[in-house]
This record gives sequence, C-alpha cells and structure tokens, in this order.
Amino acid sequence: MLRLFLAGLAILLSCVMATAQEGAIQPLLQEHQAVIAKSSRKTIGPAIDAIANSGLPQAQVVLETWAAKSMWMRKSDGLLFAGEKAEDKSYHLTDFDTGEVVGTFPKKELKQLKPNSGIRAMIGTALVQFQLLDSDRAKRQDALTSIQRDPEAALLAPLRASIKPEPDADLKAQKRRLERLLTIGYDEDTAARIAAIGEMSGDLGVDVRATLNPLVATTRNIAPGTVPNGVNIAVILVPGEDSFSDAEAYDLLVAKGFAPARVTADEMRHRLAENIEGGKVGGVPVVQLDEEEARARAYAALAEAGKVPSFVTSAEIHSALTSYVFYETYAEPSAKVTTAAQSALDKIALKVGVNQTLDLTLDALSLASIYFLAAIGLAITFGVMGVINMAHGEFIMMGAYTGYVVQQFIPDHTVSIIVAIPLAFAVTFAAGVAMERLVIRWLYARPLETLLATFGISIALQQLAKNIFGTQARPLTAPGWLDGAWMMNDVVSISYIRIAIFILALIFLGVFLFIMKRTRLGLETRAVTQNPRMAASMGINPGRVNMLTFGLGSGIAGIAGVAIGLFAKVTSELGNDYIVQSFMTVVVGGVGNIWGTLAGAAMIGFLQKGIEWLNPSNTLAAQTYMIVFIIIFIQFRPRGIIALKGRAAGD
Amino acid sequence: MQRSFIAKNPSVLIFLACLALFTLMVTIFSEGFGVGMISTSFVKTLGKTLCLCLIAVAMDLIWGFTGILSLGHFAFFGLGGYMIGMWLMYERTRLIVVESLSQTEIPPTRSEIVDAIGNQIFGVVGANEFPLIWAFADSLFLQLVLVVLVPGLLALVFGWLAFRSRVTGVYLSILTQAMTLALALYLFQNDSGLRGNNGLSGLQNLPGVDASQDVVSLWFLWASAVALGLGYLLAAWVVSGKFGSVIRGIRDNEARVRFLGYSVETYKLMIFTLTACIAAIAGALYYPQAGIINPAEIAPIASIYLAVWVAIGGRGRLYGAVIGAAFVSLLSTWFTGGQAPNIPLGFYTIKWVDWWLVLLGLSFVAVTLFAPKGMGGLVDYWTQRRSPNRHGANLGPNDGAMREQEASK
Repeated sequence: MLRLFLAGLAILLSCVMATAQEGAIQPLLQEHQAVIAKSSRKTIGPAIDAIANSGLPQAQVVLETWAAKSMWMRKSDGLLFAGEKAEDKSYHLTDFDTGEVVGTFPKKELKQLKPNSGIRAMIGTALVQFQLLDSDRAKRQDALTSIQRDPEAALLAPLRASIKPEPDADLKAQKRRLERLLTIGYDEDTAARIAAIGEMSGDLGVDVRATLNPLVATTRNIAPGTVPNGVNIAVILVPGEDSFSDAEAYDLLVAKGFAPARVTADEMRHRLAENIEGGKVGGVPVVQLDEEEARARAYAALAEAGKVPSFVTSAEIHSALTSYVFYETYAEPSAKVTTAAQSALDKIALKVGVNQTLDLTLDALSLASIYFLAAIGLAITFGVMGVINMAHGEFIMMGAYTGYVVQQFIPDHTVSIIVAIPLAFAVTFAAGVAMERLVIRWLYARPLETLLATFGISIALQQLAKNIFGTQARPLTAPGWLDGAWMMNDVVSISYIRIAIFILALIFLGVFLFIMKRTRLGLETRAVTQNPRMAASMGINPGRVNMLTFGLGSGIAGIAGVAIGLFAKVTSELGNDYIVQSFMTVVVGGVGNIWGTLAGAAMIGFLQKGIEWLNPSNTLAAQTYMIVFIIIFIQFRPRGIIALKGRAAGD
Repeated sequence: MQRSFIAKNPSVLIFLACLALFTLMVTIFSEGFGVGMISTSFVKTLGKTLCLCLIAVAMDLIWGFTGILSLGHFAFFGLGGYMIGMWLMYERTRLIVVESLSQTEIPPTRSEIVDAIGNQIFGVVGANEFPLIWAFADSLFLQLVLVVLVPGLLALVFGWLAFRSRVTGVYLSILTQAMTLALALYLFQNDSGLRGNNGLSGLQNLPGVDASQDVVSLWFLWASAVALGLGYLLAAWVVSGKFGSVIRGIRDNEARVRFLGYSVETYKLMIFTLTACIAAIAGALYYPQAGIINPAEIAPIASIYLAVWVAIGGRGRLYGAVIGAAFVSLLSTWFTGGQAPNIPLGFYTIKWVDWWLVLLGLSFVAVTLFAPKGMGGLVDYWTQRRSPNRHGANLGPNDGAMREQEASK
C-alpha cells in the first residue's frame, strides 16, 4: 500500500517536473539569443516582447536581471544565466528556470550582457505590466507613479489589464484614473478617446489639464495660396487683425524662409560702418549720420550699388503677406478630439475659476483674521480707551520673542506653545501696565504727545530686542500637528496654521465680548471711558481700571505675537510690519466697537487679496493700492464702517 | 505806527546772523576754500543737517503752529529728492553715453542715445525704456519746477481730501503715516519707474561740472544755508501776521476759529501745502549731498523722527525746531558713526552704535513728560520768560493745542 502510494507520488512528481520543463524560459531566450547578445536598440524589440508576453512566471526575473546588467551568457553553449560575483574573477551562475546554482565559472568563459540605457528603458516599460500586478503594494504604487511621470502608448494595455485584479481600492481608483488619461492621450480609437475626455471633463486635477493641454496646443504655419487639406486647423489668421500684426506675420515668413529679412536699425548701422569710404558712406558724410533720414539715404545708395541687401519695402511686405495664408494647426490630427478637448478644458477652466474664487476667499479670510488678531489689542487700548499706542507692534514682537525663548527651554513644540501663550500674555501685560503707570497716565488728555512718547518707547524696545536677539530672524516652530495643509482639491487648500489663527481670532473675539459685556472690569472700563469723573464719583478707581485695561490690551497683543510668530519671521521689526495696518483696521472699522474692528479687518483682508488677485506678481502694489483705497474710504466714512452715535462718539 | 517785521521778531535777526556766521566758519575751515580743518564728508554732513533743519521748520509750522501732527512730511522731502535726482541721473548718464557712443564709427542718432540712457538707468530693474514720469528728466528747469509742483500737488490733493472730511488729531496723523507708507511701498516696486529699491544713485556728481567734491560740497552747503535762511524768514513772516494768529487759533481751538467765520479747511490746506513745498525744497538740496536716494528714506519712521526733533527742540518756536533737528541729527551721526567712546561696565560694554536708539527713545519720552518746552525752554529760562498760569489747563480743547507748560507768556 505504502509502495503504491510512493509510486503514485513519484509519478505525480515527475509530471510536475515535466510541466516545469515545458514552462522553461531558456528555450525562448535561446530563440532570441543572437538578438539579445547583439544588444542593439533597433532590433531588441521583438525579443523583449517575446519574453514579456511569454506568460511565464520567470519572465519578470529575467527582465529585472537583464536590466540590472547581471545576466551572463556561457560562451561554451550560449545559455543565459543570472550571474553573481564570486571570488577571484569568477561568477556563480543561476538557472532562471530551476533557480538553482549551476556552478561557478571564471569570467573569461562568460559574457556579460550590458544593455544600454535605451534598452533598459524598453525593458522597464515591459516590466511595468509585472509591477502593476506585483504582490507588493508599494511596488504597484511605484509603477503607477512612473507611468504618471512618463506616460507612453505602450503602457495603456498592461495598465488596463491590471485594473481588474487590483485588490486595493485606492490603487484601483488611481489605476482607473490613469487609464482614462492614457486613453485620452494614446488610444487608437477616437470614439474611446472622446468618451474618456467627456468623462474627465469635470475633473480639477492638474494631470487632466496636463493631458488635455498638449491636445489643443497649436503651432503657427504658413502655406502659399490656400490652406492645405488633411490638417487639423485651429484658426486661420489674417495679418493685421486681432492679435496678429503685420510685423508678426512677416517675421513668421522670414523665420520659415519664405521672405527676405527686413533690415533692422542695428544691422543698418553695422553695414554703414563697414562701408565707410573716405569719411563718406554712399555719398553721405559720416558726421551727418546722426539722423535717421540721412542713414536711410546712405543705405539706399549702398543698396543701389549692390553692396548691401536692399530694403524690404512695405509694398513687398504687403504682397508677401497676401500671397500666403497663415493658420494655426493642432498637433492632434483628429478634429473631433480637439473639439472635445477644448470644450472639456473650457468646462474645467470654469470650475477652476469657481474653486480659485473659493481659495481666494479662504486666503482673504485668513489674512483678515491675522489683521484682526494684530488689531484686537489696539481695539481695546485705542478703540475703547482712546490711547494711541505706537509700541503696540513691539508688544506683538515681545510676544513672539517670548514664544521663541520658551522654545529654547521646552523642546516639545506642543507643550512650549501651550506654555508660551500665557507667558506671553503675562510678559506683555506687565510691560503694558508699566508703560501705563510710567508714561501714558500723565498724557491722557494729550493723544498726540502719547503718540510720540509711545513711539519713543517703540524705538527703544525695538533696538533693545535687536541688541538681545540680534538682527537675524529667530524661528518659532509650530507643533507638528499644525504642519501641512487642508487640501480640498488640487486648487483649494489652506494650511492648518491659518485655520488655527482663524479659530484663535474667533476665540479672541469671544473673550473680548465676554470681558467687555459680562465682567465687572468691562463695565468699569466702559464707564471710565465714557466719563471718568462720573465713574470716579461712583466709586470706581479710574487709575486702576485704566491700568488693567491697558494691560489687557497689551497682553492680547502678546498672544497675537505668538500666533503671528508661528508663520512670520520673528525679528525685531515684526511689530513694525503690522502697526500701520493695525491702526488702519481699527480706524476703518470704527473706533470703540469690536464689530467695527472685525469689519475693518475683513474689509482690508479681502481687499488686499482681491487686489493681489488682479496683479498676482506684485504684493507691494496691492498694499499700496489698499492704503490709497483706505484713505479715500475715510473720506466717505470718516468714523469708520460702524460709527458710534450720540454721546459715546465723544463729540 | 506799525513796527517793522524785524523789530517785532528780533529772533529772526539773531538766527540769520548765527546762520551766516556758521556758514562763514565752515567755509573758512573747509578743504575746498579754507584751511582744511573740516573734512569734506563732514561739510556734507553739515550741509545735510541744514536741510534737515529746513524741513524741521516746515514741521514746526504744521505741528507747532497749526497743531496738525503730520507724520508724512518726509514723503514730500523724498519726492523733492527724487525729482532733482531724476535730472541729475539722466544728465550724468547722458554725458557718459554720448561720450562712449562718440567712439563708434557712425555718430549716434537721438533715439539711440535715449535708448542707451534708458538701458543704463533701468538695466538694474530689468527694463530699458523710459517710463512716462521721466518725460521731463532732460530739462533741469522743468525738473526744478516739478520739485515743488509734484509734492505740492500731492499735499494739496491729500490735504483737501483729509481736511474736507474733518479728519483731525491722531486720525490725521495715522492717515498721513499711511500716505507715506503707501508711497514708500509704491516706490519699492521695480516697475514704479524710479528703479525700485535701488533708488537713484550717483547724485553727488553734478553733470558738466569739473570741480572737485571739496568745492561742490561747499556750494551745496551755501545753497542749503540760503534755503534755510529764506525758509526761516518765510516761516517767521507767516506766523507773525494775521495768518499766524489764525493758524495758532486753529491749533488751540479749531471750533472757535470756525465759528468766528474763518475757513479753517482753507487755512489748513494752505499751510499743509506750503510746508510740503518747503520740505520738498529741503529734500532737493539734501539728496545731491547724500548721493543716493531710495524708498527706504520715505519710510514712515523718518517722518516720526522729524516730529521727535521738533519736540526735543521745542515746538511752537521756529528756532526750537532748528536747534532740535541740528542737535539730534548731529548727535545721532556721532553716536551711530562709532565715534562715541564705548562704556565698559566690566560685565558688559555699552556700544553706542547699539544703544543710541534706546537712549534716544527714552530721552524723548523724558522730554515729552518732563520738559514739554524742549531745548527751547533753556532760552526761556535765560530770557526769563515764564509759562502762563492757567491752573493746568491747556491753551485750548484741541488735540494739538499747546500745553500750559509748553506755552510762553
């Protein structure tokens, strides 16, 4: 019984061996051995195809070995093996089919196959179909990336074949998308391409546009007489109309060699200089040649004598232009495809436009929240108390530097920011209280003197920061979870820091409203601001209230400094960059009203982004025009967007 | 019988005498014409200081006498400099271009010369054509007219807009500051037509003049002294008459002046434009001595320093402005130039290059708090003029009104 079983097992085994022998790749390699050994890019194609399409499991290994220059041929019988270096200039050879080491041979009995880069690229393309089906997900992803980077017609079929067996849903979607794109670019069936274009026409991806744009790219052409047949013409150009000037048309003729070049001013000058004879050129004295008219005369005389090419007259230009037809052609021969691509691109452009507007709105919102953050401290000191504090920007700077110093002691960014925020508040609160006690208290009725005195403090603080921290920018690093951006699609994205600042601005707004409307300090502050004497007679200590309010405004500036420092460079001039805008925000919004400050920040933020959008390369111009706009705006609403009325207005 | 202007204002005569004496002394000690005890670069510094004194006089007119704290007068100063700088640069480049093109075999045409100048001037900002604003740059006369016209017009338009909508006090200060910032940012662009942040350079070389800088620096010193003298005289004349009384009234109590029937806006606009023109002339004399002008000169901070000078000198008195500007700017040069001796404290050495601004800022705060009269107060002390006793009340309800301690009887 056991013997029988063993015998059966032996038969089964031999059967398996036999099939293995049948599925050997060596015979196939031998069939193409001459071509493979020759290693020429022109003739290698069939050999690679044969290996790749053999359907043998070894094919991938063979191709990879070959591309890696580790395929060796045994000179004695011409068989091909994978070689691995052993010692003493000898190599271990491994059979592709059995995977066993055949033996070790000295180098002189072997020949290494060294495919050049062209062949390696072809092998690589052939390999993609294997990689697309590889069991390793990372390899499949790599294959897709390489196709994306370098799409080719030959990759379309293997890509299509690999979609169905793909187990990973994400990769499957990527493959589908890529297949559509390759179909647009390379499929031979026009209907399939148009269908694919139609399918992708709503897509915002940059890759879709990159696929479609070459289809509608045009080149300018010239033909004598009439437009030739059989080309996909985009538009027929008429010289002198639209944006196609006569000069441009003639230059095109010259470039294509259909007409003689015009004589440029520079060339004329050179030719004249070459033909000076005894102080004269073409009968015109050299000293007179400082006028265009004399030069033309001299040149004409030279041309008549045949020494220089003659002028191209305008009549000649005109006749040349009329005898040719100018047109733009698509590189893509099929008109249906180009039409479909154009309409798809139009659709995409519309969608991109909508999304860009959204993106711009987000940008503006984030800029507005930065301005709001920078200005909210001022909304308290300037807006509520009416104290103009030019050192406000320096308080922002102090907050940012506090954040930097904290990070020197606490390396963990998340913890350091959590520590830095209250610390920055404490530092600037103390600075604000000190400043109020020492300087501002004596100047309450004198806003202009306050302005100048606080400016004096501002330059002193700025220089002090420069002396302590140096002039170079210091880093205030955001925690890791604030890195990166929230991408809605390829067009709309906003960085997490900006979202955080937006949220912080909202929190500040809430805190401000709470303090002003719901706390004792807020009540007393409003009372003291409206009428200090009356407030004092009600038992409120105006000095103390002023001190605390001013400290609060300064403290908020410090926190804003930490936030601003996260995305801007922390330098001693940090505050300077925001001070004028902050005042603008408060003044435009309307003094004494937090909603006004909010409206002011929103207006300035949106305005600046809007102007930047009109002229994207130039943010300086945007700031300039914004300030000019604000100056004009104040003409019409001198008290800001939200103006206080009645007694609270102060006059 | 009416007393003469000089008799009413003896300080004018004293000032002019001091100025003349100063100019004479510098000339005698200079390298160009005298014994050479004062280096040419210091002569230039003194000349520049005279220009700063002139703009300080303008600032005193607008702030000390009219109560408008303008933080934008350096914009006019800079614009004046740009206007004269355009001609200086154009003309000098033209001479160089003509010189180099005359070496070629074919004499250049007019348009070739202009193109070559454009290339020379605007090559740094990647352009080669003349913007429209350079249309008059080839004419010294027109460009000199523009020195006054452009800043004057800007001041007129800006002032009309601002005063018409009754922007006053700190709001006006912020608005003027915004104007300066906008102008500076605009000029910083490369396509502003004024060479972006490169600015205009080589202005110290007078085209067509072979004299050495030793002599040229003295010419500018004299010109600056004459301008300062005339500007001072004009300012003194303006503030001494009825006009001066009205603007002082506007400073202290604008509403009352308006109810008396005066057109406050017109007076403000006139004085604003006049001071802008004076500032522009000062700038046009300053920058050829500095040799270079760029948009950083117009930055808002410069105008605030101007207010600091006037405040330290003592506002509301013309000689105070001059003293303040001269004293602070010369002291600033001395400290930041590294000439001041360092103070070793053992554990730390105070380098004045680093600490001067801290000192200036704090001393300015101290002046504002404790010595509202500024350095002019010393003159009052000497001439035994006292402040009026108003029981702590200011001279008027306006933001810019004089404080009791600031005023003199």
